[in-house]
Amino acid sequence: MSIVEQIKDRFKDKVEIFEKSKKRVYVTAATKEIGKELVRYLFKETGARMSIASGVDTRPGIEILYHMAFDRHNLIVSVKVLAEKPECKMPSFTDFMPAAEWIEREIHELLGVKFIGHPRLETLLLPDDWPEGVFPLRKKTFESYQENVQREYK
Amino acid sequence: MAKECMIPIGPFHPLLEEPEFFKFYVEGEKVVDADLRVGWNHRGIEKLAESKTYEQDVFLVERICGICSTSHPFAFVQAAEDVSGIEVPERAKYIRTIIGELERIHSHLLWMGLAGHFIGYNTVFMWAWKYREPVLDLFEIISGNRNHYAMFKVGGVRRDIREEDIPGLLKAIADVEKFCSMLVKAVMDDPVIQARTKGIGILKKQDAVDYCVVGPTARPSGVAIDVRKDHPYAAYDKVPWDMIVMEEGDVFAKVAVRLLENIESVKIIRGCLKKMPKGPIDAEVREIGVGEGIGIHEAPRGEVFHYVRSNGSNYPERHKIRAPSYMNVPSFKKTVIGESIADAALITASIDPCYCCTERMAVVDPASDKIIVSSEELIRLSQEKTEEIRARFRK
Repeated sequence: MSIVEQIKDRFKDKVEIFEKSKKRVYVTAATKEIGKELVRYLFKETGARMSIASGVDTRPGIEILYHMAFDRHNLIVSVKVLAEKPECKMPSFTDFMPAAEWIEREIHELLGVKFIGHPRLETLLLPDDWPEGVFPLRKKTFESYQENVQREYK
Repeated sequence: MAKECMIPIGPFHPLLEEPEFFKFYVEGEKVVDADLRVGWNHRGIEKLAESKTYEQDVFLVERICGICSTSHPFAFVQAAEDVSGIEVPERAKYIRTIIGELERIHSHLLWMGLAGHFIGYNTVFMWAWKYREPVLDLFEIISGNRNHYAMFKVGGVRRDIREEDIPGLLKAIADVEKFCSMLVKAVMDDPVIQARTKGIGILKKQDAVDYCVVGPTARPSGVAIDVRKDHPYAAYDKVPWDMIVMEEGDVFAKVAVRLLENIESVKIIRGCLKKMPKGPIDAEVREIGVGEGIGIHEAPRGEVFHYVRSNGSNYPERHKIRAPSYMNVPSFKKTVIGESIADAALITASIDPCYCCTERMAVVDPASDKIIVSSEELIRLSQEKTEEIRARFRK
């Protein structure tokens, strides 16, 4: 049974699967808990390797993609989980996957996602005196753009 | 009772592609804990990439690393091509493979030379770097540059390899193979190097899996992963070559894997030069569609991962870059604890990110903040240990 079929069989309608090509599959998890369960299943039971996680700033929240590589099947499954704004909370995946420790710290400081249960959520890349609440990889919203314009014309 | 002492290593050195700051806590000579801090050279390239076009981004990502300057463009162009499923012409695939493998040889030789210097084998250092020069000359013949080759573009490559150059290249490659085989024998049969590197800094297979390490840090620990074999791209599935895997996981295995990989790289280059079909080298891509793309490439240090999200404009919406050392460096916490400080420099070096940091090593007494052991001292410590072993062998 292929990996995609295994995911379908186990998670049924809790996940939405998009097969972009034979090598690249994107799976959107309905909730964060299902996302964590799915990544745990892929990492612990099917022997996937976590390549990395990418955080993307979107309108409803920060989308986090856990890229799981299956080296025996020539396949990369990207699990999409959404951390809704404005809280942007996510369960930490470090309890079963030590490899996620650094990338969660990075997403925390660059995109402002709070990982609940992370052993050490300190700055990784930015300097220690970086101002709080400034997240470099977030997109400029229309509101912040308007604020700037108003400030300029005052 | 031995007092616990902190040794800071790093963060800056001009040779580094990634400055890191290692803190070793030592009791006497034993390392009891380790901590690291990165980010001294954070340049915000992911953010910058969002404000540049796909054409410009290729040059931008080429400048992430000076030593493996092809690995990032290689992964990035594949990610951009993956967005809308662009097919690359056959000849371009072969040229890409040749550039990628030449780079692996020069990077591994550079590493071998520095490793030799650290254990007090300056002959290895001189010879390995001497043999690295002809590889850089090959780059100059093919691309016009010794470093930063600027060969890649979305949809193909920028320069063709001229047919009349191929016999000369084949001859030069044969010379490189001769040097590499000589180096394999000289280094791996040396009893002193064996005594100095065997059994230290062991990364266990389970730790390697848990930390998701990649490339020549994973393969010596028995984790048989190689992007070139597992996720075939470019021309890697069209020429014969073998993946080098060792079981021991110590520094010697890491040395062996890199040295033997050079020979495999030569095989790949020779196969590509001989089999290269004629034809166009560029698919002439006009636009990148809407969607997501992932590109991976086996750089000299392991898998490079690029994720691109495109919104249909000229600029990527999001561009995530992950270099191999990002996964390999955290694992060093598992390898260095319990080893002596004379070995710490070498173990740090065996991962190949941060070798040169060791030149900034200094032992500081936390009570007085006084520097007790300087960087030169640490290299001297390491070299003295080799001398001791050497003397033992002479008896």
